[in-house]
Amino acid sequence: MHSYETKYDVIVVGAGHAGCEAALAAARMGCLTLLLNMSLDGMAVMSCNPSIGGLAKGHLVREIDALGGEMAKNIDATGIQFRVLNTRKGPAVRAGRAQADKQLYRLRMKRVLEQQDNLHVKQGEVTALYLEGDQLRGVDTRSGIRFLGKTVVLTTGTFMRGLIHIGLINYSGGRAGDLPSLGLSDQLRSLGFEVGRLKTGTPARLDGRTIDFGRLEAQYSDDPPVPFSFSTERITMPQVPCYIAYTNPRTHEIIRSGLDRSPLYAGVIEGIGPRYCPSIEDKVVRFPEKERHQTFIEPEGLDTVEYYPSGMSTSLPIDIQIAFYRSMAGLEQVEIMRPAYGIEYDYVNPVQLHATLETKLIANLFHAGQINGTSGYEEAAGQGILAGINAALKVQGRQPIMLGRHESYIGVMVDDLVTLGTKEPYRMFTSRAEYRLLLREDNADIRLREIGHAVGLVDEATYAGFCQKRVQIKEELERVQSTRLTLSAAEKSWCERHGCADLQKGASYEQLLRRPEIGYQQLREIDPQVTELPGAVREQVEIQVKYQGYIERQLEQIERMRKQEEARIPSDLDYKAIPGLTSEVREKLERFRPDTLGQAARIQGVTPAAIAIIAVILKGRGDQQGES
Amino acid sequence: MYIRDTIAAIATPLGSGGVGIIRVSGPEATQIAEKVFTGSGTKNGGGFESHRLFYGHLINPLDGTLIDEGMAVLMRAPRSYTREDVLELHCHGGYYLVQAVLQACISAGARLAEAGEFTRRAFLNGRIDLAQAESIMDLIASRTERSLGLAQSQLEGHLSRSLAALKAPLVEALALVEAHIDFPEDEVDPAVFAVVETRVASVSSDVGRLLATYATGKVLRDGVSVLLLGLPNAGKSSLLNALSGTDRAIVSELPGTTRDLIEETVSFKGLPVKIIDAAGIRAHHADCVEQEGVRRALDKVSEADLVLLLVDGTVPLAEELIELTVSLGSNPYLVVVTKSDLPRCADISRLSAPLGVSEISAKNRFGIDQLVTLIYDHFVQSDVLSAGEGAVISNVRHRDILARVQQSLQSFDNNLQLDLPPELLALDIRAALDALGEITGETTTDDLLDLIFSSFCVGK
Repeated sequence: MHSYETKYDVIVVGAGHAGCEAALAAARMGCLTLLLNMSLDGMAVMSCNPSIGGLAKGHLVREIDALGGEMAKNIDATGIQFRVLNTRKGPAVRAGRAQADKQLYRLRMKRVLEQQDNLHVKQGEVTALYLEGDQLRGVDTRSGIRFLGKTVVLTTGTFMRGLIHIGLINYSGGRAGDLPSLGLSDQLRSLGFEVGRLKTGTPARLDGRTIDFGRLEAQYSDDPPVPFSFSTERITMPQVPCYIAYTNPRTHEIIRSGLDRSPLYAGVIEGIGPRYCPSIEDKVVRFPEKERHQTFIEPEGLDTVEYYPSGMSTSLPIDIQIAFYRSMAGLEQVEIMRPAYGIEYDYVNPVQLHATLETKLIANLFHAGQINGTSGYEEAAGQGILAGINAALKVQGRQPIMLGRHESYIGVMVDDLVTLGTKEPYRMFTSRAEYRLLLREDNADIRLREIGHAVGLVDEATYAGFCQKRVQIKEELERVQSTRLTLSAAEKSWCERHGCADLQKGASYEQLLRRPEIGYQQLREIDPQVTELPGAVREQVEIQVKYQGYIERQLEQIERMRKQEEARIPSDLDYKAIPGLTSEVREKLERFRPDTLGQAARIQGVTPAAIAIIAVILKGRGDQQGES
Repeated sequence: MYIRDTIAAIATPLGSGGVGIIRVSGPEATQIAEKVFTGSGTKNGGGFESHRLFYGHLINPLDGTLIDEGMAVLMRAPRSYTREDVLELHCHGGYYLVQAVLQACISAGARLAEAGEFTRRAFLNGRIDLAQAESIMDLIASRTERSLGLAQSQLEGHLSRSLAALKAPLVEALALVEAHIDFPEDEVDPAVFAVVETRVASVSSDVGRLLATYATGKVLRDGVSVLLLGLPNAGKSSLLNALSGTDRAIVSELPGTTRDLIEETVSFKGLPVKIIDAAGIRAHHADCVEQEGVRRALDKVSEADLVLLLVDGTVPLAEELIELTVSLGSNPYLVVVTKSDLPRCADISRLSAPLGVSEISAKNRFGIDQLVTLIYDHFVQSDVLSAGEGAVISNVRHRDILARVQQSLQSFDNNLQLDLPPELLALDIRAALDALGEITGETTTDDLLDLIFSSFCVGK
């Protein structure tokens, strides 16, 4: 093994959506960083759907941006259709979703990585971690080069022992057209990691020249398209439509006829697939009463004829695939360019992680993305940036960051993973966030910019702009609280026009804004000052005023939980020496080794009584430390 | 760590003991003391002096009515069992009174304590030595076991089944709302809110029914009340004394000076029975004052769960008694022939006695045990207690929780009419489920997602 002369601060293994964010974060924070990928043509590849965002996922993208990550900027620069979902619902559950030009997305991210200071991008398949005793020293590659590094971030995606299934045919591969990564997961298992198997799948790619789009319903971009990044002024890419098609009873009949050759139903696949992303055969089997299933036919890019039929993933054999796609109206003549396939891969049980994403078994080793049992580009990127930040902080001898459930979806995701683990590929939903009303796309910067700036990822100019916005929001909130209706003739007629003739003289603008029928749109008619404010400031003030009661209720809940969340449990706490814990609880705590009392409380089977005992133990320790 | 609200609980065993103690702990203990207790010692000067016992009146803070006379002591933090402000209220013992004082504390702002919660607080606040941790936990565990044991009893079993039945449609309603939020592009039924509304309405009416059993099912809350009715000198007082003999705990005695009624609560095989001795009835009496007493006694009949109609066996049957059975109408009553140690004169057969006739002699305790069994069996076999498939809410905590469930569901309904967005409606359903979860166990996100994915074809 040849030891490479450069000694890195951070080595990131894998350049998918997690790895790219991890590498950029570490390098931007001033660490000498190496990003290794099996193929340098395969960086930031969107292996499945050609879109970024959606409910809860769009929230993650915004959070990554607020922390100083790249994903939002990348999709803003390469997105070819932008839509805001749930516009008729409240602000907390609105989310952006964009179609990407896959090649442009990949290439732009590659360019950003290549031009990043402190970052070396190299091709290489990591076959093992290089350890001296239990000290992590770097990684070994298949081509015989050993890279030394203080910290390592593993983002292996679906590559570790990847096994591709098309019908009953299967072969090793990390992704269709790519080799698998072999050796690494065996080593992880031997080091004590619980390595499991998950399954996911992707639909076929269809030739757009053989689709009769005239028979499909088109769905267009919002106008104007709303960007993801707080830094993007506007979207400049040309915008193209998606199309909606449907299956029919004949499609379902064809699918059923191929079930005996489905690896899933024949029991060939051992990994557990995601319930929220069922294959089309799953949908047909589980919902036999449904006469049709909807699919969005999404463009894969501006310069390609490939289309992605969402919701139509399958691991059925190729003859069945051809027949069922062609049974759909508008797709009668369709040519499949890439067959659909299922893939099984190794992951590591995320309960073996700290909330910093550092592993509990090996110091300085971080895991992010699908290796932790998650699914989705955004989930991966969210973990990637957190792992990158914490690897860099570790190198710099600074305190790691942990994101709370009350401040980010990233925090909810990581907490769920480390306290509950996951049995299926984990995807983010807004229903997972108990403080959903606070975790909005619109306020991701208010929630996380400060942290991004503190760790050194958000540059000064961006931060100054943010601070100004924050001041403007505060001042505007004060202004609407103190400005009152005089009920002049003009105001009186305005009130009557907007159905609030019942308002008394002296009512504040805040009271006006609280009414469902009144927004700044209406207020500006009697309040000329409004127009001078940036839209983002008005949006924040309006939301904060309208949802004040609910927001305050959630803030109170957070406050009540704060002590428990903040109580750190030392990693050397000896649960065996604590009297009064039941053996079941003790076993759970030893296995999970929670970082905080809050985490401990969320582990299933750990009782409130046990939490009380640990609280007292911690208090006792704290007192002793205070005295010494 | 723990929510620092103020908790209250009964500290003495129920249904026995001459004195009952209600303990309150938390930051609002002083305010609660001021609301539920008035004593001459606390009025002038600085209110409650710490660690001093005051004499006064325990009052219902809602309407200012007197519950009992009693004593109160406030132990300010940190010199108390929990190291928080602790209030102890001493009243006369007995199921009804002690519950009434507890309810008064809850009305004044306290929350009903969980099993072992005082100890837990003591322990969290470092009041209890670490070395004691193990024994403390045993204590908490045993209390939990006791409540588990309770939960397994037949009645509680009914209740948890009913509550579990409430939970399912709520989880379904929430899953519908959540699916509607998280999968805007999937084909989730557009009429989802009509279904949600139906589910919530059905739960709401079930909760209402359960709550109503708390109001009507006095049997379980206060025990049952038995009214002694009869002509003067029929032997009511002797019977009262016999029933409250030494082998049964006398738990309270309210001299009926204002109501012409004497009440005693006794325990028959664990069933708290409040015995009310009404004034002797003489229907044709000219005296206005006494007629008023009779009217009151008859008013009491409808409130009593059972009437014992006492008939003096040594004198001829008075026509008034026959009239009385008519005016008792459908109220259940038992004919009790007294003084059976003396020769019988009365012709009992002229009295209609649907629940039967019992003969006693209070003097030599003849027939008393049989009467007790008769009364007990009457209630244990009655609809109220066995309750068929319907559950009955028996304790304040459950009532408390269901009231919160009801409140959240009403808020959901209001918000739905106001056309508020689904994420706010979800909060109301979630709050109802969380409250219900205090009895039935938590509803996790995974439970919810399970239902979403098994009910709707969503995801791509």
